[in-house]
Amino acid sequence: MPAVKETVKQVDDIGVDKYKFGWSTDLETETAPIGLTEETIKFISKKKNEPEWMLEWRLDAYQRFLSMKEPEWAKVNYPSINYNDMYFYSAPKDVDGPKSLDEVDPELLKTYDKLGIPLKEQEILSGVKSNIAVDAVFDSVSVVTTFKEKLSEEGIIFCSISEAIKDHPELVRKYLSSVVPKSDNYYSALNSAVFTDGSFVYIPPNTRCPMELSTYFRINAENTGQFERTLVIADKGSYVSYLEGCTAPQRDENQLHAAVVELVALENAEIKYSTVQNWYPGDENGVGGIYNFVTKRGDCRGKNSKISWTQVETGSAVTWKYPSCILRGDNSVGEFYSIAISNSYQQIDSGTKMVHLGKNTSSKIISKGISAGHSSNAYRGLVSSHRRAENARNFTQCDSLLIGNKCSAHTVPYIETKNSTSVFEHEATTSKISDDQIFYCGQRGINIEDAIALIVNGFCKEVLQELPMEFAVEAQKLVGISLEGSVG
Amino acid sequence: MFNVSNLTVSVEDNEILNNFSLDVGPGEVHAIMGPNGSGKSTLAHVCAGKEDYTVLNGEINLNGEDLLDLEADERSTKGLFLAFQYPIEIPGVTTLTFLKSSLEAHYKANNKEVLSTPDFMKLVKKKSAELNIDDSMIKRPLNVGFSGGEKKRNEILQMALLDPEICILDETDSGLDIDALRLVAEGVNNLRNEKRSFIVITHYQRLLDYIKPDFVHIMYNGKIIETGDSSLALELEKSGYNNYIK
Repeated sequence: MPAVKETVKQVDDIGVDKYKFGWSTDLETETAPIGLTEETIKFISKKKNEPEWMLEWRLDAYQRFLSMKEPEWAKVNYPSINYNDMYFYSAPKDVDGPKSLDEVDPELLKTYDKLGIPLKEQEILSGVKSNIAVDAVFDSVSVVTTFKEKLSEEGIIFCSISEAIKDHPELVRKYLSSVVPKSDNYYSALNSAVFTDGSFVYIPPNTRCPMELSTYFRINAENTGQFERTLVIADKGSYVSYLEGCTAPQRDENQLHAAVVELVALENAEIKYSTVQNWYPGDENGVGGIYNFVTKRGDCRGKNSKISWTQVETGSAVTWKYPSCILRGDNSVGEFYSIAISNSYQQIDSGTKMVHLGKNTSSKIISKGISAGHSSNAYRGLVSSHRRAENARNFTQCDSLLIGNKCSAHTVPYIETKNSTSVFEHEATTSKISDDQIFYCGQRGINIEDAIALIVNGFCKEVLQELPMEFAVEAQKLVGISLEGSVG
Repeated sequence: MFNVSNLTVSVEDNEILNNFSLDVGPGEVHAIMGPNGSGKSTLAHVCAGKEDYTVLNGEINLNGEDLLDLEADERSTKGLFLAFQYPIEIPGVTTLTFLKSSLEAHYKANNKEVLSTPDFMKLVKKKSAELNIDDSMIKRPLNVGFSGGEKKRNEILQMALLDPEICILDETDSGLDIDALRLVAEGVNNLRNEKRSFIVITHYQRLLDYIKPDFVHIMYNGKIIETGDSSLALELEKSGYNNYIK
């Protein structure tokens, strides 16, 4: 069997069947009435003890959602989603909000332990791992947030969005939907109506967040969508690095994950947002898996601010995701580093938007797409400059790597400039792991799995380097696992 | 030591090797010459375990062990090295990273302790200095944008690091100027010892001025039709293959 054929077979065999996080946890849960109605939204709002203004906000979003149409321009195919067959809220019983660690159901703690997520503060403090504060979101609720007290000493607010709505309404009302309006798109309207939980971060002026903040999302319940809402605000002169991870059990039906993430960077502030997305991708025949329809956007609102997105996308059956930057402040900087791996029947339509509004703004896009199996992997990106955006700069590099003969890669860049001083560069390459490369590595003693890991890691090295240390090793492994056995 | 016996190989129903046999003893250098299409490169690839060939009959033995059932990487770690006629480019992977992965694979397969990074660096520095390879070259992606001479020197560097028992050089002289040829040949000569054997596939006598063979074989239609000493190569250079091809 020629080497590449064998590779494709190995990818088929191992990549999907060995999804490590495919188990589920048995817990008593409380769910909302099935389907999407005003009743469901009222139920969610009541469950969360939300103030009246929040409920009105949600119902307004619901009305807008009803008047909108599902977007069809992305290069993905899936049967239409019946929102009346789905649950919009599911929470482990007796979890009304994040508690202290001692109060968390041991069954839940075990779940996170199995996922390798550190929830015990002492363990982390003992110096084995560097400090990471975690907000753990299980289905529709945040179950625990660690290091809250230590962070609050610096004036940093890190909590679930549900708590923030109650405890910090002034911040939430000021910033929520200020980056992604409710009716920005179909899924953002849906999310605004039914969002259940997510994280809230506020970094006060001139504060450097002393540890990595992270949220870990887990979908557990069947037939349930997850609608996370995350809001990160970096006040003047502050800095924060935020990580996000996600997994879900192996199930035959498709599940929906429609998230909205908003970042706001004020003057001289910097936000670094990293994602390792490993939702269940479906089995080798394309049955099951998560529909990952996500709106992520950052607003460089102040002068000299910077927002950097880094994503490693390996999971999900269908991905529709464009983490973007609005470069509003003069001299602001936007970055997007992406590795998107698709295997078996996965479909990815992902990329970014860099919208240059301020003067002397610059942006950089490095996108690495890797397709294997029967998958389809599209990069879709927009770089635009407003007529008043003097001296806007962009550099874009889009590289695609193909493994086997049945997958595809697509690059769809849009470039729009309304200012003659803009300098936008776009570079793109498409390559394939060839039988000759595999043979050459083999002749030097490197077996087929290690050869693919070597070549793929070399291919996406530039992006892996952008991840925080804590994630880089994990991500490098994940890149290996999603394409073949394991990488040392 | 290295024995090919009665090897018959086809590609898409075309027989390329036809009952081919060759015995190479320890420390010997065998040159194989022959017109285009006589099966020389196929022989090199089949020995190294490249797929896309159908072995219909025969054996390839290294120290009494049949290599035909082994994957390419296993043949490599058992001591077979092929210097490619056209070394393959791997973008994004630095030569240094590749050398380290390769050497570690060999050490692991042979249950040897893997070198520490400083020791590895020392070893690479020493071996590359001998081949006039500078640091900047091994920091570049493997073979990407390398000149013909750099590619071939890089092959010999890998040969030196991996310490093989049987080396097959597939037209290593092609694409080299005189200076590069001399450098590569010196590299090979430095690796000659009483245990290590070489099969040198070439079109030209010129390479054999530098690497002195013990035996010269003429290959035609998938088998060896004439064997002699180094004078055979000189003879060929003068009068061509016509006297031997019937």
